[in-house]
Order: sequence, then C-alpha cells, then structure tokens
Amino acid sequence: MSLAHEFAYYKPLRLEEALSLKQQYGNKANILAGGTDLIVNIREGVLKPDLLIDIKRIKELSQLNWGNDTLFIGSNVTFAELIENEVVQKNFVLLHDACKTIGSTGIRARATLTGNICSAVPSLDSAPALLCYEAMIHCAGTGSKREIPVREWFLSPRKTALQEDEIVTGISIKRIPDSYGIYIKLGRYSGEDLAQAGWGILMIGDKQYRFAHCALSPIPKRAYHIEDLCNGNSLNADLIEKAIALIPSEINPITDIRCTQKYRMYISEIMLRRGLMAIQKRSSGKYIEPRKLMGDV
Amino acid sequence: MKEISFMLNDEPRNVQVEPNEILLDVLRNKLGIKSPKCGCERGDCGACTVLLDGKAVRSCLILAVEVENHNITTLEGISRAKLSALQEAFMEFNSFQCGYCAPGIILAVTELLEKNPHPSLEEIKESIAGNLCRCTGYTPIFDAIMSLTGKGTK
Ligand code: FES
Ligand code: FES
Repeated sequence: MSLAHEFAYYKPLRLEEALSLKQQYGNKANILAGGTDLIVNIREGVLKPDLLIDIKRIKELSQLNWGNDTLFIGSNVTFAELIENEVVQKNFVLLHDACKTIGSTGIRARATLTGNICSAVPSLDSAPALLCYEAMIHCAGTGSKREIPVREWFLSPRKTALQEDEIVTGISIKRIPDSYGIYIKLGRYSGEDLAQAGWGILMIGDKQYRFAHCALSPIPKRAYHIEDLCNGNSLNADLIEKAIALIPSEINPITDIRCTQKYRMYISEIMLRRGLMAIQKRSSGKYIEPRKLMGDV
Repeated sequence: MKEISFMLNDEPRNVQVEPNEILLDVLRNKLGIKSPKCGCERGDCGACTVLLDGKAVRSCLILAVEVENHNITTLEGISRAKLSALQEAFMEFNSFQCGYCAPGIILAVTELLEKNPHPSLEEIKESIAGNLCRCTGYTPIFDAIMSLTGKGTK
C-alpha cells in the first residue's frame, strides 16, 4: 500500500532550488533527509505536506568538516556517520554516547542529527549533548543566513525557532579542550526505546561543569542551578549529593506512557549520581560503557 | 507516475511509481521481491530490512523514489548463487520458527560481518537490537552468528 496522503516530490541538486521551493510552499513543504520520522508522521496523518523536498543530492548539506577546532555537521549527516567519525569519538564523547542510543542500526543508517533536532520532541537524545557543547544551528532562507544558538532553538514540544521558509543547513560544535562527557539514557529496555530520562554531563578541567537533560521537561534544557552550585568545586561525594538535591528545581517531568512523573524525579537522582561518578572515572582514563550504568547487562 | 531506475540485487530495474509509494510495497508488489516483510510500518521491528548501498535500512520508511540510482540488496540477492554461510548457519541452529524476522536479521548481520568478521556477542546484539523476533527467544540466532565469528557459540 502506498501512503494515503499524496504529495509531490522533488530532489534538487542545489540549495538555492530547495530554498526557493521552501519559500513558495512554506509549511506545506517538508524537508526529507532520512525520513525516519517524516514518513511515520505522514503515514499517521500528523503531517499532510503538498511537497517533499529531498535534500540528499545537495552536496554541501552532506559535509562533515573539521577545522579550527569546530565540527560542522551538514544536515544530511546520519547518526551512523557520526558514530563512525574519529573526530566525534575523540573530541565529542558526550555526542558520541548520545548517537549510539538512538533507535537501532537500521534507523541510524538513515536518521540525521539535524532531523532529530527539527523533530524537537521532549525526549530528544541528541539535545543534552548539543546543549552542553553550545552548538550553533545554521539556517538558510532565500537570500538570508543565520545561526541560532541551540539554547534558543527549542520553543515548545515539536516547535523550534526555524521559520517557515528556512532550511537547516547544519549544526556546528566547537571542541572544548580538557573536557570529559557522558550521556546517560534510561529506556524501558535496552535497544530502540525512547528516553524515559536522559542526562548529559560535561566536565571541563576539574572544576567546571555543564549539565543538560531531555524527557524531563517540555523541552530539553541546561541545568544552570546545578552548574552554579558545582562550578569552582572539585567533584566529591558531598558535591554530588548537593547537586542531586537541586534536581527538583531543574526538571518538570510529566507522567506518560513510558513512566510516571515521580519515577522520573527519582531516577534522575540515580542517573546524576552514577553519571558524575562515571565521568570521574572517564577523566582518569577508564573505559566506561554508559548503558551499563543503568543496569543494562 | 515517475519512472525510476535502480540496481536491485545487481540487476538494473525500472519501475513506475507515485511519490507516495513506499519502497517495501514496491519491492513486494511491483517487483516480486517477497523476502522483506511488513511488520509494523513504523521502523520498530526490522522485518522490512533491505541493504541500501550496503547498509541495512528500513524499507517501510523509505519512498521508492528516493532509491533512484542506488543499489538495493535483499535476501534474494545474497542467496542467488547459493545460500550464504550465514543462512546455512541459521538452518543448522534452527534459528527461526515462523521465519518472519529472518530475512531482516540475515541482512543486518550480513552488513555487520562484512564490516567486522569477528564481532563480539555484544556487537551482534547491538546490530540486531532493532530486529524483533517473536518466536525463538534470540538464543539460536546468536548461536548461529557466533558459530561464524571464530569465537564459537557463547
Ligand atoms: S515494517 Fe519496517 S520496521 Fe517494521
Ligand atoms: S522466527 Fe518467528 S519472528 Fe523470528
């Protein structure tokens, strides 16, 4: 069976063509890269586009470039490419952890990082990493270009700062020297579940910290109260407990099909405690598999 | 209708499709390729797995028009001359009962073994974490794959 909804399909070679179509159609045109969310949304009637603009032939959107300590991730770059990329493995461990938790191999071979942030669901696994690295989202419209800091990107569930006539061309992240990261995700089972809770932690040197979470608020967020408390202090058991005590001021979880609000509150404490202990081990050169931290065998 | 051409199991094929036709349906209903199965139509089960330019993907989430000028490989392609070693191992270890999951799992593992001929059990599990089997409990599947890795069964 084909999809019940009918649409036109165009696969331009140049970004300008895609942009002028986007300008013409506005939100009646959807961008197609991996399609792993888009096709499901069309099938379920959530989206009813008149036109799909397939951007996979636009070469500049497939770049994965490393220069000046900055990684530019074009909007066609898939999670599989990021997982296999040595720069990501070496310099952006928190992002690497997150990419590995998304979907399954068959999904990661198609799904893109840009598509992930454009879906803007609260459980977005890649968001804590991008928030901790303070990523920039590169957007283009006809005759215009702008960069949006990721902390201004998520407006509400499924809503982003992208304008109707704009296309995301990629995401850039800058290496943070002397930093260690970890992403801890809890799903109902190991394998392709969405996050019940996700925490990203970045430790810079031994006294600066960044924290961000997903699936625990309407949009993924940095945890600034916890950061303020921790910054300037070295990590020890006392600090960890103080940080955990601040969790209720940082998150605003709901009860949904995946778990209750109470459970999300409770499990966040455990995730943060184990995450901070694990990051300490990582910084001393120990190999840590984040999935094992939450009981996966 | 648009005519697209692509390589299907190493043979050039042309087919007329509408933009809203899904690759899985076109393979099964227009091109007679029946090994990819429809389980969930939402990317969760892996029964529809095919190799697109050598990589395992979900054909239920891909439009047929997207694969123009690309290479698609299905179970029919990897077993054209004779059954692959992996398929033989699946038979030897009774790795399927109804068999609905088998084409997808075999393709996903074919990709894995090509990249990494000696995967650990953990790597095997990761490569088919998105392929659901409702019959076997997975153990005979892991055993079959492990028998090919030079590490013996687990
Ligand atoms: S039918 Fe495609 S993943 Fe289930
Ligand atoms: S053998 Fe029946 S689903 Fe796997």
